[in-house]
Amino acid sequence: MLGQANRRAKGKRPWFFNDPDVERVLNITMVLAMEHAVTRQRLDALERLIEAKGLLTRNELDAFTPDADAEAERTRWMKTYIARVLRIVAQSSEAASDAERAAEPAMDDLINQLRGESPT
Amino acid sequence: MSQRENPPSWAHVGRHAAFPQAAHDDTARFDFLANLNGFLAGSLSPRVREAYEQEVRPAYEREHGQPPENRHQVRRAMAGNSTFALWSALRRGSMEMRQQAGRSLVLHQLDALIEASAELNADSPRLLLDPSVEVPRYARAVDIHCMPGGYHTELVDDDVSAAANYDCGIFATTGGMLGRLNDGGGQALVQWLRQSHPEFAPRRVLDIGCTIGHNIVPVALAFPAAEVIAVDVAAPMLRYGHARARALGANNITFRQANAESLDYPDGHFDLITTAMFWHETSATAMPRMLREIHRLLADGGLTVHLEQPQYAGMDPYEQFIRDWDAYNNNEPFWSVMHEYDLPAMMASAGFDPATYFETRMAGVVDRDIFPVASSGGEDFGRAALWTAFGARKP
Repeated sequence: MLGQANRRAKGKRPWFFNDPDVERVLNITMVLAMEHAVTRQRLDALERLIEAKGLLTRNELDAFTPDADAEAERTRWMKTYIARVLRIVAQSSEAASDAERAAEPAMDDLINQLRGESPT
Repeated sequence: MSQRENPPSWAHVGRHAAFPQAAHDDTARFDFLANLNGFLAGSLSPRVREAYEQEVRPAYEREHGQPPENRHQVRRAMAGNSTFALWSALRRGSMEMRQQAGRSLVLHQLDALIEASAELNADSPRLLLDPSVEVPRYARAVDIHCMPGGYHTELVDDDVSAAANYDCGIFATTGGMLGRLNDGGGQALVQWLRQSHPEFAPRRVLDIGCTIGHNIVPVALAFPAAEVIAVDVAAPMLRYGHARARALGANNITFRQANAESLDYPDGHFDLITTAMFWHETSATAMPRMLREIHRLLADGGLTVHLEQPQYAGMDPYEQFIRDWDAYNNNEPFWSVMHEYDLPAMMASAGFDPATYFETRMAGVVDRDIFPVASSGGEDFGRAALWTAFGARKP
């Protein structure tokens, strides 16, 4: 039943960009924007409730300054996060020259090579 | 800043006993969508018109020696424009996101929703379903305004999911401008009747294409002594609509599954026959047939009123083109056809005396629970709360 929520509407879907792949990425991005907004709103609600219960004020939260250890941990987290988000960029530009990458065989060539090897 | 760009939170949507349960995150999701729609309509849509005026129309004129003469020429010329493409991609994506949000909310609790409607409907003689009624081709050819499964699909027995999805999402799509109960059309009609026909007291009312009954409930409540019949071809809509009406205290409406091309009522049976945002979802064959049937069913002295988006005649080609967007991009194909029709001629062909034909604009009734200051919002080419209507009387 939950799979039903993702069903498409019957009817030829219009595509507006020259490249529908890019438009698909736009659509994924907009959903992420929406879900991030939902998360931020939930955080906002949480903060208001915590403040209302007298546990912590939002000013305290806004003024939060980590000590040296916490700062180091948070910086490590931030670098790991950026690396994770930009994985494809890192991998595409990983230290290997254009020539080396070009020399990697196409996978079906490699498959054919391996098919031709005699069993050892 | 217009009302359109400051939509009320979905937290304010009217919740009746048949309505889905929702929590913080569901609300936030609809709030995102309402504000996204507000951005697209209020901030980005004017850029699309600018792109037309400053880039596309001049280029067309250079090539053809004159500006575009009709909306089809505008549409073809705009097809390559990046501003229009981006706005359109976001708008279509927004509708698909809204449908997924509504359906996932509803399907997650489907058993409870079915039970809630069933309880409200129990043993009622006013819910008349008929599985032999076929869903017409025009309602099945595409899923109207991108609702997966359309109005009629039943995933399980006694399904109400299509209706509950419709009911929960429309508040976000319209930025709350139809009011808490999404009944702005019906409210406007009641107000207009009271102002324009203050002596009018229908004994029997017919509403055609009622979907969830959101527009007929205010009429039924305004005329509690009237017998109200609401017809639709889609069972999930009727099931939920009947439950919703009962939850809202409207106990004089019979929800009946029927095709309005031929209804089982005698000539002149109804004093008031209404539709709201219906004709553009029918067909070139069905609409004239239904108009003739309406003429047959209308009593002497009776009134028929139809809330619809305005016809294209008299609008400039760009405005027609942008109003046509839903026809081409939001699964509303008949919209482009219907809004070209000569309505006075169609009503005359259906048998109505041309001297009684009227067109009017009805002021929306601002829901003060969610819009506490006076309305000053402009139109959003089809989704704002300013109602145009046409109709006729039988002498």
